[in-house]
Amino acid sequence: MTAATELHRSDTQKAIEAVWRIESARLIAGLARMVRDIGLAEELAQDALVAALEQWPESGVPRNPGAWLMTAAKHRAIDVLRRNRRLARKHQEIGYQLEAEQKAVPDFETSMDDPVGDDLLRLIFTACHPVLSAEARVALTLRMLGGLTTAEIARAFLVGEPTIAQRIVRAKRSLSEAAVPFEIPRGPGLAARLSSVLEVIYLIFNEGYSATAGEDWMRPALCEDALRLGRILEELVPREPEVHGLVALMEIQASRSRARIGPSGQPILLLDQNRALWDQLLIRRGLAALARSEEITATPGPYALQAAIAACHARARTADETDWARIAGLYAELVRLAPSPVVELNRAVAIAMAHGPAAGLELVDALRSEGSLENYHLLPSVRGDFLFKLGRLDEAREEFERAASLTRNSRERDLLLDRAQKSRS
Amino acid sequence: MRFMMLMIPKGYEQAAPGTMPDPKAVAAMMKYNESLQRAGVLLALDGLHPPSEGTRVSFSGGKPKVTDGPFPEAKEVIGGYWMIQVKSKEEAIEWASRCPASDNEVIEIRQVHEMSEFPPEVQQAAAGLRGTGKQ
Repeated sequence: MTAATELHRSDTQKAIEAVWRIESARLIAGLARMVRDIGLAEELAQDALVAALEQWPESGVPRNPGAWLMTAAKHRAIDVLRRNRRLARKHQEIGYQLEAEQKAVPDFETSMDDPVGDDLLRLIFTACHPVLSAEARVALTLRMLGGLTTAEIARAFLVGEPTIAQRIVRAKRSLSEAAVPFEIPRGPGLAARLSSVLEVIYLIFNEGYSATAGEDWMRPALCEDALRLGRILEELVPREPEVHGLVALMEIQASRSRARIGPSGQPILLLDQNRALWDQLLIRRGLAALARSEEITATPGPYALQAAIAACHARARTADETDWARIAGLYAELVRLAPSPVVELNRAVAIAMAHGPAAGLELVDALRSEGSLENYHLLPSVRGDFLFKLGRLDEAREEFERAASLTRNSRERDLLLDRAQKSRS
Repeated sequence: MRFMMLMIPKGYEQAAPGTMPDPKAVAAMMKYNESLQRAGVLLALDGLHPPSEGTRVSFSGGKPKVTDGPFPEAKEVIGGYWMIQVKSKEEAIEWASRCPASDNEVIEIRQVHEMSEFPPEVQQAAAGLRGTGKQ
């Protein structure tokens, strides 16, 4: 093989990866509707990908690569179902159904066109099913809907590839053991299932936005994956206010990416950020998503409330112009809706900004005596900040040192130790 | 990563002021734009008035000089753009390839600079853009 053809091959391979990224979710979703098993659907889609990797370097990328992959996967589905005697009559019926479907609709593009949205939605709800652990849901969602390879997911979460592969295999098994139907939940169950989906997307975003471990403070690719999933979901369920709320929250948080890391990789806190570096395009998108959410409902859910808080910061031209009273009010609503010590801690920060550090310290001390945030580094970090502002430097230093010993992120630890150093009187 | 897909319609450099796009082409383009939106990759898009309605500001000799369009020397002009967020340049190419563009149109794909790509001194200079941030 000459260098030129080798180069050509690797170009085609990259092109195939790009097609896969775009088409795989729809492909798996369409196949899952037919075979009613997302594990099998994914294998069939993978087989089609292998066929593409074999054939496209010779034949070139087809004009409609999505339809090509679907046809290849369907043929493969029929082969598998015919040959595999172990599969019971149920599958045989599906095989016949598949053949009938292929004869009836030779134009796969049109056959795929209409129910695609619903298929994708079914796939999202299945991959994010509450029978699975949060970790498993995250891995499955990135793999099936984000089009990420196992290796890419492993790299993103700083774990070994076999760990992720195992996680995905087990997740698929759990889904079939629990006989989770491939469907869109309706009625009263919908809200809980949707919140499970939103939780997964936000987990992915947060792992990218403030990495819980490792050297880097941010892993932007994961944020982008989460945003892409959120934007897709917005298109699929445009009448769900919390979906818009979550997208708004992620867009506005992502708008600060450039400003929250200094040139040498150190984190820069919100109020110290150079707001000229905030991404106005993402802020605009976030505010628009928040407006969509507010148009649908007058009683915002937890994501919309958090987005509204983020929007307060986004709208303030300088840190001094921040409407802390409004933010404290939004946090109070959030505490009512979804009580959590972390939210209460954030409320304490807002109250301290609005009414002074002593007011904030009172709330934080109440939280501290409650004990639920004992090992959460932000509690001593916030408390240290209030004490520092009150001039109680020795106590502040102790808190910053304690916070530094609790965080798992090395960049954050440096920042906290630096604050401890500055508290030396 | 972000890419800008720049639409370059041949002939647009000479289009008369007030030139409007063909409704059929717009309908096809809307479908394409929707597909970008549904895939969660579209960040922004806009179409631009023809350069005959535009103005250029040049800086030869260190002094701004204003010239109204059309610009006879321009061989290619931009008619519009899409800003997309994708995983790779290949994905941007794949999306561009799906555009229902006509014979005379070219799409140029350009990656958007990320802050993290810049060397520290350039990042410092950008961070020096203070004034709106808290000191």
